[in-house]
Amino acid sequence: MPVGLLGIEGLERSEIEAILNRAKYFQPPPHQSFGRHEFLKGRMIVNLFFEASTRTRTSFEIAAKRLGADAISITASGSSVSKGESLVDTLNTLVAMRPDAIVMRHAASGAPHFLARYLPLTPIINAGDGTHEHPTQALLDARTILDHRASLEGLRVAIIGDIAHSRVARSNIHLLAKFGASIVLCGPASLLPAELASIAPGVSLTYDIREAIRDADVVMMLRVQLERQHEAAFAASEYFQFYGLRLEHMDLIKPDAIVMHPGPINRGREISSEVADSQRSAILNQVENGVAVRMAVLERILVSHAETAH
Amino acid sequence: MPKLLIKNGRVLDPASGRDEAADVLIKGGLIVRIGPDLHATGAITFDAQGLVVAPGFIDMHVHLREPGFEHAETIETGAKAAAAGGFTSICAMPNTHPVNDDAAVTRYIVERGRRFAIVNVFPIGAITKDIAGEQLAAIGSMKAAGVVAISDDGQPVMNSRVMRRAMESAHSFGLPVIDHCEDLNLSAGGDMHEGLQSVRLGLRGIPASSEDVMVARDVILAETTGARFHVAHISSRRSVEIVARAKANKLPVTCEVTPHHLALSDCEMPPYDSNYKMKPPLRSAADTEALIEGVAAGVVDAIATDHAPHPGSEKMQEFEKCPFGIIGLETALAVTLEKLVHSGRVSLMRWVELFTTGPARALSLNRGRLEPGLPGDVTVFDPELAWTYDVNRSFSKSRNSPFHGRSFRGAQVATVVGGRVVWQRER
Repeated sequence: MPVGLLGIEGLERSEIEAILNRAKYFQPPPHQSFGRHEFLKGRMIVNLFFEASTRTRTSFEIAAKRLGADAISITASGSSVSKGESLVDTLNTLVAMRPDAIVMRHAASGAPHFLARYLPLTPIINAGDGTHEHPTQALLDARTILDHRASLEGLRVAIIGDIAHSRVARSNIHLLAKFGASIVLCGPASLLPAELASIAPGVSLTYDIREAIRDADVVMMLRVQLERQHEAAFAASEYFQFYGLRLEHMDLIKPDAIVMHPGPINRGREISSEVADSQRSAILNQVENGVAVRMAVLERILVSHAETAH
Repeated sequence: MPKLLIKNGRVLDPASGRDEAADVLIKGGLIVRIGPDLHATGAITFDAQGLVVAPGFIDMHVHLREPGFEHAETIETGAKAAAAGGFTSICAMPNTHPVNDDAAVTRYIVERGRRFAIVNVFPIGAITKDIAGEQLAAIGSMKAAGVVAISDDGQPVMNSRVMRRAMESAHSFGLPVIDHCEDLNLSAGGDMHEGLQSVRLGLRGIPASSEDVMVARDVILAETTGARFHVAHISSRRSVEIVARAKANKLPVTCEVTPHHLALSDCEMPPYDSNYKMKPPLRSAADTEALIEGVAAGVVDAIATDHAPHPGSEKMQEFEKCPFGIIGLETALAVTLEKLVHSGRVSLMRWVELFTTGPARALSLNRGRLEPGLPGDVTVFDPELAWTYDVNRSFSKSRNSPFHGRSFRGAQVATVVGGRVVWQRER
């Protein structure tokens, strides 16, 4: 694995498989907490969050601690960033304290890639960069799908919502495409640029949610990100009517299909409460797998990095 | 009076069509004679054996940052970089602080240019006060003080009525209007060309249409006002088509293209490298091809660098926070020689035209020709010389170039301004 984890697009399929298999090992038995391990004993991981996050930050923290590492979380509002320090200087300062890895979320697309160029020796794990990628989300989504299906190959996966601004969608598209899934993207026209059809093999676009989810094995709903809307790209009042997932849609998807959502969900905006809480919903499995997958990622990066560093 | 005799070169002069071995004699700052086997007692001799001797190259679009942003560039350092790039004349865009929107600022730039610049500096005045797009600048008095064109480069005039009035005024004073054509509503928030790459990288796009609609608007206004209209840094296929149509209709419309828009497309940007971030953005490979075709077909009049220095503190940030623009004076010749001439797309003569008679005509400058009586500005280059660009040795104060570390075939060798060799490549 290259130093750090910046995105899914550049990952080999075998690398992804290795992480997903290892994540399965870390999954706890039903109704039990995650096992304690010592694989990363004595290591220090800094979680640097420039953007608000509950589940990603918490699950990275838990993952680090369950592997025996020390984890420190820093949020932008409580750091020197609020005093006008540049991103490079903030990172340089942190790197001087010798963490073994930095987990970073940032509102700017490419922020971790930019830092990786200037700080090549400290692995950077992208916990979401702007509207670009969110690699560990796609890994945990794949783990969740594989808990319900034997393989990703040939699956029909519908991703519905604001694709243009979704890092979750991008990472999932790249991952699913590498495994030969067919991916149908659906959303309002201005949030579904035509170029998406060429972003990876097996991708098609539609504006009709019924067409998108027909015979789907997996339906991934995306949050409507009003904070990333710089303009009125669609009429918010009719979003739920055309792109919201409701019980009436459940007859169109495969009988054993699952419904996913990266969270936080907006009930009644992109998904109805009835669907979110239904048997089909795998939303809480996703959260659970978040910890297992991040344990696998941290272990893989830190162990291989330490082995090759000298 | 000092005399300079440039001996044994291959003289290339698009205006006269001359392409032959000849000598050039410059006396008292002016070209005196061009011909075989010239002799002049007491003259300094420059041996141009194996080199091409051309009229002094003109870059009609640079940002010298002075007054106001001297940490990024000054008239002195920008002029040095120009000389090292083979340019004898540069035109300074008005988006300084204060903006060059009245005669006092124009005179300041002209005066600083005379005292500190080793090449000729021609100021371009603003179209509107403070380049705010609302009230017209003092166009007539700026012309009297020395501006050669007006432009609100970087902050285009969105209000079509204001643009109309500006064109009427510029026309009455005999000045061309240079527009940075960008519909700011269509491009708002964008960081790179809108296309597959922007979608892949999750960066907001600047659609080519944001340029096209303004080129079309300005062509229409030029036709109705009679003004001379010049498209700055044209970058899209459709804009080239619009200009071609305007030219076919005999309208006084001209355009320039930058070396980077000819040489690079959006696919070639290393992920989130701000040295590839500029306006207009690097477009698709199809647009790049259309620009080269436009050059070959004569639609494009000039090559201009849009030299835009920014200090490292501003360019070393998250991509979306970085300012637009790259430096380009020292790489322009090599980049375009490679892309246009060595690739066989245009002749060496046509290429020289793009740096000489092309910009001179667009700005009505009585330069860009090797002709007795004209200023002794000469660019000497070697179309074959192999060299590697090291941005850290640049004369510019800034380092924002995507061409750092690139190896080139062909380079400027000496720059002569008013009969003085102001720069010479170390050999």
